Amino acid sequence: MAERAAATAPKPPERRAFLGGWPRRFIKEQPLGAFGGVVLLALVLVSIFAPYLAGHDPNQMTLADRLQGPSGEYPLGTDQLGRDFLSRLIFGARISLFVGLAATTLHVVVAVLIGGTAGFIGGKLDLLVQRLVDAWMSFPGLLLLLTIMSIAGQGLLQIIVILGVSSGITNSRVVRGAVIGIKENDYFQAAQAIGERTSGTLLRHVLPNIMAPIIVIFSITIGGIIVAEASLSFLGFGLPPGVPSWGGMLSREGRQYMEMAPRLAIWPGLCLTIVVYSINMFGDALRDLLDPRLRGSVGAG
Amino acid sequence: MRAYVIRRILLLIPTFLLLTILVFLSVRFLPGDAVDALAGKMQYVVGDIDRAAVERMLGLDQPVYVQYGRWLGDIFLRGTLGNSLLGDWTVEERILGRLPATLELGVMAILIGLVIGLPVGIYSAMRRNTAADYVGRSVAIIGLATPNFWLATLILTFPAIWWAWSPPLTLVPFRTDPLGSIGVFIVPSLILGTYLAAATMRMTRTMMLEVLRQDYVRTAWAKGLKERVVIVRHAIKNALIPVVTLIGLQMPILIGGSVIMESIFSLPGLGRLMLDALRDRDYPVVSGINLTFAAAVMAINLMVDLIYAVLDPRVRYR
Repeated sequence: MAERAAATAPKPPERRAFLGGWPRRFIKEQPLGAFGGVVLLALVLVSIFAPYLAGHDPNQMTLADRLQGPSGEYPLGTDQLGRDFLSRLIFGARISLFVGLAATTLHVVVAVLIGGTAGFIGGKLDLLVQRLVDAWMSFPGLLLLLTIMSIAGQGLLQIIVILGVSSGITNSRVVRGAVIGIKENDYFQAAQAIGERTSGTLLRHVLPNIMAPIIVIFSITIGGIIVAEASLSFLGFGLPPGVPSWGGMLSREGRQYMEMAPRLAIWPGLCLTIVVYSINMFGDALRDLLDPRLRGSVGAG
Repeated sequence: MRAYVIRRILLLIPTFLLLTILVFLSVRFLPGDAVDALAGKMQYVVGDIDRAAVERMLGLDQPVYVQYGRWLGDIFLRGTLGNSLLGDWTVEERILGRLPATLELGVMAILIGLVIGLPVGIYSAMRRNTAADYVGRSVAIIGLATPNFWLATLILTFPAIWWAWSPPLTLVPFRTDPLGSIGVFIVPSLILGTYLAAATMRMTRTMMLEVLRQDYVRTAWAKGLKERVVIVRHAIKNALIPVVTLIGLQMPILIGGSVIMESIFSLPGLGRLMLDALRDRDYPVVSGINLTFAAAVMAINLMVDLIYAVLDPRVRYR
């Protein structure tokens, strides 16, 4: 996407306003990223105001109103248990965003702890940790998640911890690479030479310089985590059946009713796809702005 | 080259050992209620049984390192992954029985991914920033964002409503009826394959653009060679080398996807076996499948690295 922007020949003189200029530039250079950002903002607002936006309790069953079509009372109709489908979708946004944000934050903490330590200390410890990360990465993600979820049991806390830790171990590679890169720099070696304390070096020189890759892995991981939660809930190993997760709404229990009411099959998946698409676009744009070296490192969402 | 191969294989040994520890430990922290559930379940199969007996049978009464040593010894010295907790069969015979379905699904998905992804990626790079390029890239980006279980759900729902069509559910072995067998697997492997195609297309395009910028390609143009010759003889060969690694990177995605597809389309493969074993809490089976898949991923990554070293001599001397 960036090459298109780069191809536009002589640029008009830019106004160097501190904050006033950049949103317009972002929209102009990264239109899809800006679109993604707008969708994400909408997702955040819907999640925060879900109780006010939804007309019904997402779990309130009205068996007399099972599988109703769209109406004034139920804008998107009801599901097989007579629950308002729109309300469930709205609360589903909240679940997706909450799991995504919480697990991705945990993932950053884990990635920085493991990757930062291994990269900073180096030597034998790094060699051992890298073999462990190798082993972890050759364990196909979904199988590992299914195994641990089946032992830990279904639940919000379990899924956040498991998704966060497992993707954190994988992405510790990125942090490790960034830290090793910093160690080569003169300012780092100067800090070592004047005998600065390790904690000072870490806080003053290492942490600020790995912020860009951290923001990038945050933005590219969150989409994958949202899909992973949906996949696990879809297979019946994620969130408990009552929780309105978009993945869970598409699962086996509902499938026999989808032929009667195809909207049950369309909406949760459409929401999921639009959200993941927007996150990927926004993340790509952010990556191009912050750390062009990482460009092309992500193929899958 | 020999030094590279030896180094690469030597690095694999500690990784593999760590992997076995990981596979082993992941099912060894059974919470108490899982053992109780298992005892309850086994009462139907073997009659009266108490908690302590179940723990003895699982070897849970021994220290963890003894359990691990026993499990590893069984694999390497006796060549067995152990017995199922719920039936009179070994884990490896069940895995071998389920392997063909998963293998056929995976191979077809990879082929579909390459057949679609490579030409579209190459064409997209050749006609960069044209309408065709934009269409190709947009479809790929949307493809990557679409969860495969949703696509599968739509394919099960809408043709059933419109034409009363549903995918065939009886499995036909590839050896007795190749065409019929492909017919059974075509829909799920298309779903997985299009996802892989999207990733392949993006990578191929990037690599082609990289190569098309090189001096030797400019020289080829300057010599007045035809476009076909420049692309086929000079560009594609070099651009496709990094794409080889993509097959290795896609393996975990493919395996996860096959679990989902086998579940949705009721295909009797390893993924279905895994889900059933997890629901039945048949942990030796779970460990066995995890180890099989993870070892397969490691083996494929090793092969990819070696092929890469053959194709690109620079890697060997790093």
